[in-house]
Amino acid sequence: MYAQMIKSEATQDDPALLEAFQARIDDNQKIEPKDWMPEGYRKTLIRQIGQHAHSEIVGQLPEGNWITRAPTLERKAILLAKVQDEAGHGLYLYCAAETLGVSRDELFEMLHSGRMKYSSIFNYPTLTWADMGAVGWLVDGAAIMNQVPLQRTSYGPYARAMVRICKEESFHQRQGYDIMMKMCKGTDAQKKMAQDALNRLWYPSLMMFGPSDKDSVHSEQSMAWKIKMNTNDELRQKFVDQTVPQAEYLGLSVPDENLKWNEEKGGYDFSEPDWSEFYDVLKGNGPCNTERLNTRKQAWADGAWVREGMLAHAAKKRIAKVAAQ
Amino acid sequence: MSSPSPSAYPDTPPPDKEPKRTGEWPLWEVFIRGQHGLSHRHVGSLHAPDAEMAIKNARDVYTRRNEGVSIWVVEAERVTASAPGDKEALYDPSNSKVYRHPTFFDIPDEVGHM
Repeated sequence: MYAQMIKSEATQDDPALLEAFQARIDDNQKIEPKDWMPEGYRKTLIRQIGQHAHSEIVGQLPEGNWITRAPTLERKAILLAKVQDEAGHGLYLYCAAETLGVSRDELFEMLHSGRMKYSSIFNYPTLTWADMGAVGWLVDGAAIMNQVPLQRTSYGPYARAMVRICKEESFHQRQGYDIMMKMCKGTDAQKKMAQDALNRLWYPSLMMFGPSDKDSVHSEQSMAWKIKMNTNDELRQKFVDQTVPQAEYLGLSVPDENLKWNEEKGGYDFSEPDWSEFYDVLKGNGPCNTERLNTRKQAWADGAWVREGMLAHAAKKRIAKVAAQ
Repeated sequence: MSSPSPSAYPDTPPPDKEPKRTGEWPLWEVFIRGQHGLSHRHVGSLHAPDAEMAIKNARDVYTRRNEGVSIWVVEAERVTASAPGDKEALYDPSNSKVYRHPTFFDIPDEVGHM
């Protein structure tokens, strides 16, 4: 669930074309890059897929933080593989976005200038090793909730990227839960560390699904176009229902006094996160916004000489090949 | 945050179509043979400076879990595709040729397996 607050773009296209387009969507046909599509559909998708891709890329940073400090060589190898997957997910998604007519350079420029966002969750710090467990379990768990239905989204390249991502995401969540199980079976200090990670990451994870449906103004058009498959509240409820028993198994308590099973609705009642904090983080005032974006921009700038050098080398080889003919 | 000039090297012009690109590596389409005996299948695309690097990148991006035994890469701008608008002209003629399918012919049961 790496796309939050995606504003649907208004569309001013020929009503007959729009109607035919909607009929294709309602018939569960996939829209492919060269097909006619409303300008609003294209722009909304660029924004949504782009934000999703940026989240995968920036999402490497909180975990990359722990690669050199993983407790064992095996944990380190696993974490490396996981972070590499996140890079791969970003690349699948950028490619999908590019089929809509935006260039990779433009997408990067929009991320670096702050014109495009990434998920609020990655603006929180990862302070202890237990956070690696909680991130995999909760953050990837929340992402899966959103991504599984998106495998059926109407835009072909996006749906296909989601199929690949979902196959890999399950490994991420399990490796996180595995870290949590290990810590919860460990010393008191380790268990306390696991509880602390859950305490800090619970509400930011709930925020990943975006504002409550009653405040979510952009959903309707996106749902009609099948680029959003479920409402924010539906997915959040599903996430809580699935996660609470997993916390119980670990012997950890969810930091919510109002958490209670509601027999009637067949799900848990729970407290909403502090939405003012959510909007504040989106505005750039989270604990790590500045650090994350600066790290990302620095990495891109530091790589410039490699990118240019590789292009120069490719050109030189091409000239040598022509000369040899 | 891309390279400041369109291209630092006069002989490597960036693809000059819109959208704006600034020294971006060319786009390659990637095809993977999943198993021996199957044909290569399109899996996605990636950016790389040349074919050799495109193969290396494709291996990292698309075969981290043994998804393939062989990789093809093709520069995206070299691909020619049919247009969605040509659908009827291209495919409608075969609609009326149902006799091309074996189920068109009724063969009596007595004849046995055919």
